[in-house]
Amino acid sequence: MQAWFSQHRAALGSALRRLGASPLNTLLSLLVIGIALTLPGFGYVILDNLRDLGQSASGVQQISIFMELEAGKKDVGEIENRLRQAASGKWRFVPREEALKRMQASEGMAEIVASLPRNPLPDAFIVEPTNTDPQALEVLKKELSTWPKVAHVQLDSAWVKRFDAFLKLGKLALTLLAGLFAAGLVAVTFTTIRLQVMAQAAEIEVARMIGATDAFIRRPFYYFGALQGALGGLLAAGLVIGGLYLLAGPVADLAVLYGGSFALRVPAALEIVVLTSAGAILGWLGAQLSVSLSLRKFD
Amino acid sequence: MIVASQLSKRYPGGYEALADVSFEISAGQMVFITGHSGAGKTTLVKLIASIERPTGGSLVVNGQNLSALRRSALPYVRRHFGMVFQDQKLLFDRSALDNVLLPLQIVGFSRREAIRRAQAALDKVGLLSREKANPIALSGGEQQRLAIARAVVNRPTVLIADEPTGNLDSESATQVLEIFAEFHRVGVTVVVATHDQSWVERYHPNVFRLDHGRLV
Repeated sequence: MQAWFSQHRAALGSALRRLGASPLNTLLSLLVIGIALTLPGFGYVILDNLRDLGQSASGVQQISIFMELEAGKKDVGEIENRLRQAASGKWRFVPREEALKRMQASEGMAEIVASLPRNPLPDAFIVEPTNTDPQALEVLKKELSTWPKVAHVQLDSAWVKRFDAFLKLGKLALTLLAGLFAAGLVAVTFTTIRLQVMAQAAEIEVARMIGATDAFIRRPFYYFGALQGALGGLLAAGLVIGGLYLLAGPVADLAVLYGGSFALRVPAALEIVVLTSAGAILGWLGAQLSVSLSLRKFD
Repeated sequence: MIVASQLSKRYPGGYEALADVSFEISAGQMVFITGHSGAGKTTLVKLIASIERPTGGSLVVNGQNLSALRRSALPYVRRHFGMVFQDQKLLFDRSALDNVLLPLQIVGFSRREAIRRAQAALDKVGLLSREKANPIALSGGEQQRLAIARAVVNRPTVLIADEPTGNLDSESATQVLEIFAEFHRVGVTVVVATHDQSWVERYHPNVFRLDHGRLV
């Protein structure tokens, strides 16, 4: 146990020494890894913020139920009852007279309304569903349109759908991008480790001949790959946070112009940990591949 | 403790370095393997140290048949041997002390204990005052003694050396020889491959003479 511990400590120490031995190389590798992780990291944070924005905006999601023109008080009462039972969100009744009055109040509409022989507007309900999930809205809409004396149910979900599709597309693109850059990170580690194995060839050869196990020889390279990846991940987290900091002002200005307020959400500690771990795991993977291939020639 | 029977080694390409070699070395013996260059001394030494594997026959060390061992078991067998290589194989990117520390790191000693042992080994070969020096700064004789310190630091039961005096002047060679004789006196089995006959009269070891891969 003590031997195991001291061997790991020695491997970690040797990995750290190798990182420190050529600061310029280390810095360049870290930059490559950091940038490779920054792009998907940044994309993730932006998508995450857009999703937040979509959710807060869909709070005003409405479904309008238009009754048939000949529907009477009894029919309206029936719908009221059903809405109360369904308890699917807030709702209010808009009588046709009120709708007409509102229309009259709109600029330029008074004359048109006055010229009409009778009120063309139906009684209506406006429902604000609690569940704004696009699919749930669709289901609700279908159900409402089967209710008696309901002429038309209108769901302003087109933009919700578009937004959702956009987010899905963004997620897919992000996954592809992340996959590509992950492969890049593995490749960078692969090359760095390969060079190191070549540089350490004498030590590896001697160590093998005097009783070093494969694990002993591989361990420092694994630590090196994982450390390099983790540091690259930290650098990426720093770059993402820095980028968001630069964006925060303009985004707030833009939100004000649209009459709202919106603050970009910066990555939480957990997300920084995830980014760092992803770097470490990919670095370890690159080291594993590289060492396995490079050590073959010592057999 | 080392029993070889009908040991042979054929390299890829068909070159037969050793053929039908049988011998027995008991614990605490001092053995010289002599012969012309190309006779198979280095091959035999590498087989004993389990750095290379025989292609025929059997080699039993401490009751373990090396030719039947799994590859993953080899590192642990190699730790029984202290090996002084013909070309020394010192590492020039680190100090003399760090060279001697390597076998201890492989076994997993704590750093403090490892340094204590490495310094003791350096002291034994008279190099303690040069522990911080890079091996490149050492003379030929000192480099050879450093290689010996690395070979014995792990207190092996068998010390194996391949032409340890090959490139040394006679004074340095005598120093190196004396170190081996010292280990032999305290009970370590010593196996030395050499073409230098002058040693034989002086230390009266058991002598295995190889000629074109065969024991004569």
